[in-house]
Amino acid sequence: MISFLPTNCTWWLAEAVNLAAVDYSILLIYVVFVLGIGFALKRYMKTSADFLTSGRSIPAWVTGLAFLSANLGALELVGMTASGAKYGIATCHFYWVGAIPAMIFLAVFMMPFYYGSKARSVPEYLKMRFDERTRCLNSISFAVMTMFASGISMNALAKLLHQLLGWNYDVSLWICSAIVLAYVLKGGLTSAIYTEVLQFFMIVLGFAPIVYLGLQDVGGWGHLKELLGSVAQNPAALELNTHTFQPDAWTSAWKPLLGGPSQNPMGVDLFAMLFGLGFVLSFGYWCTNFLVVQRAMAAKNMSAARRTPLIAAVPKMIFPILVILPGMIAAGLALTAKDGYRLPPKPLAAAEYAKALPAVKAAAGLNTDAAFASVSAATGMKMSPEKVAALVKDAASLDEASLKTQLQEAVVENDYDGVILSLVKKYCPPGLLGLALTGLLASFMSGMAGNVTAFNTVWTYDLYQAYIAKNKSDEHYAWMGRAITVVGILLSIACAYLVSRWSNAMDIIQLVFGFVNAPLFATFLLGMFWKRTTSHGAFFGLLGGIGTSAVFHSLSSATGNALGIKGGYLWSLMGKTLADVPSCLSFPSDMAQNFWLASFAFIACFVITLGISVVTARTKTDEELAGLVYSLTPKIVDREDSWFLRPSVIGIILLFGCVILNIIFW
Amino acid sequence: MGLDLRKPIGYFFLLLGIILVGQGVLTQGNTVMYAKSLDYNINLIWGVVLVVFGLGMLIPALLSKGGGK
Repeated sequence: MISFLPTNCTWWLAEAVNLAAVDYSILLIYVVFVLGIGFALKRYMKTSADFLTSGRSIPAWVTGLAFLSANLGALELVGMTASGAKYGIATCHFYWVGAIPAMIFLAVFMMPFYYGSKARSVPEYLKMRFDERTRCLNSISFAVMTMFASGISMNALAKLLHQLLGWNYDVSLWICSAIVLAYVLKGGLTSAIYTEVLQFFMIVLGFAPIVYLGLQDVGGWGHLKELLGSVAQNPAALELNTHTFQPDAWTSAWKPLLGGPSQNPMGVDLFAMLFGLGFVLSFGYWCTNFLVVQRAMAAKNMSAARRTPLIAAVPKMIFPILVILPGMIAAGLALTAKDGYRLPPKPLAAAEYAKALPAVKAAAGLNTDAAFASVSAATGMKMSPEKVAALVKDAASLDEASLKTQLQEAVVENDYDGVILSLVKKYCPPGLLGLALTGLLASFMSGMAGNVTAFNTVWTYDLYQAYIAKNKSDEHYAWMGRAITVVGILLSIACAYLVSRWSNAMDIIQLVFGFVNAPLFATFLLGMFWKRTTSHGAFFGLLGGIGTSAVFHSLSSATGNALGIKGGYLWSLMGKTLADVPSCLSFPSDMAQNFWLASFAFIACFVITLGISVVTARTKTDEELAGLVYSLTPKIVDREDSWFLRPSVIGIILLFGCVILNIIFW
Repeated sequence: MGLDLRKPIGYFFLLLGIILVGQGVLTQGNTVMYAKSLDYNINLIWGVVLVVFGLGMLIPALLSKGGGK
């Protein structure tokens, strides 16, 4: 759920917008600047380390913003705004519970080992601490994941350009990929990091005015709270939820959660939120995912590396204003239907139009109920009876285009992922529109660049140098780093086509990576803080954790999902139905199922690693583990730093700030 | 790395700011266009913000000799 893999790719509306010359010029200037940065950095790229790890030379504010930006893809923006509308302020838990504590932990406790060990990647740290098996497992799964994440980003970008601006899908995909290839090939990781910082400012400066205008339009925060109080008492009016809630369900972060899964729109209990999200998923992502950790590892020295996640934590803490508040504003606007605003309807695909348009025409002779049933069946979506009746009545006099528009308008199911774009369209005149859209495109492209630069490092150092061609010259690895960048871009394009052609691919990919990632933090926690952890323990613990995820998933289900790819398929293989799933394995929401899955995977990995470590012999001596394990590493004394610059002090201040935010929005 | 990132960011947003200010000045009084942004000339206002941000990045970078290295 912590969005290292984006969720959905159908979040745009069918209706296109027309960009003015001013919007195109902003887009063009962005492309010129990112290419310019790549070319300007070219002369610094001499060794493989310059290209793949930035030669550990970047100041902390840059790595800090890139650290944040690598996670803040366009799909995060889209997904969090969607959740803001669907669940309200509780979405902030993904920031205040699901990110800040883990980022502080990474800075204070884990960064000294990552940076101090001189490992060039997270898998390489695993090799130093344990052995080749664990490294191999981690680097292969990570490499595959980055390619899919990059492909999903580019598929979303090309679809956006196609559906919003009418550009050709293939041309958009290849041109944008070529731009990314050009600047990554020239400037390596440094290029990716620099453009991520540019993207960070693009997103902030592109979307801040929209939030301001939206908030003013809806009547300010006080009035928005009142509106969301009405939404919570009858969310069915906006098709948000079938239950009813207390008035504060959309505007309080903790109170609805304390009331249990039935009292909050997320359907999550307190334990799953705190342990599943706040501990397992959050620490597993922020502290072990090489995509973000790589940014900190590129910092110029240890104190810059440790400050990287802390610098990132400051904007991360207040980001909900930019990404969650717009979703809440959209729900408020939709309730009052201000200026005819509604949450965007789920887009009908070409195939659905092809079935539904004849059904509309044929329905003219039927009575109202039969006509409605026939049209709804043809679209396969929940429709508005009044709008369908009106459409059927006028069908004869309408041309094809207006038929399509009205049919789309009659869909009542929400396309949450379209919320952010609906606000961009609502509030942006030409000029600001170009700025906001360029921000979105920038983050899709840097999503690809970030994944490709993590992929080429892991491939070159952890797979190629480790298993295929040892002891070659640095020129050889530098060459390989560039060659694999080209291959990585091509693989991303292939993945983009795969997910665009075969929609199940996305669900399966997310599922498998959920399994692989969930237990990972247990391995790191024991490895870093318990010197007795053995390599057998780590490897089999990790496998056991992954196995536990898979078994848990095959047995559990979430309300509203059929048994199958979303969980519980073992029951259907045994010939049972949804009703046969025991209540302890049937969760009120996907999110609760996810959090519990992660909790079990973590506990399994932890217990197995612990057990096997106790009964197997250590293969590494204390000397070999110096710098890799907490108790065997001399504590860092930051003498040169003033006390208020020390990571632990900053960490405590940030944590305190985070607690205050939680209390304010209790 | 020898490239001070504040410079490209500064120039970039300065340029975008100037474009938005220009767009705002040219479309001043276009009530139809700015009905979207609640009757604010948002291009002019936000363009000024971008110019200020761009200069805020650029000026310290240009003043510091070898800064950011």
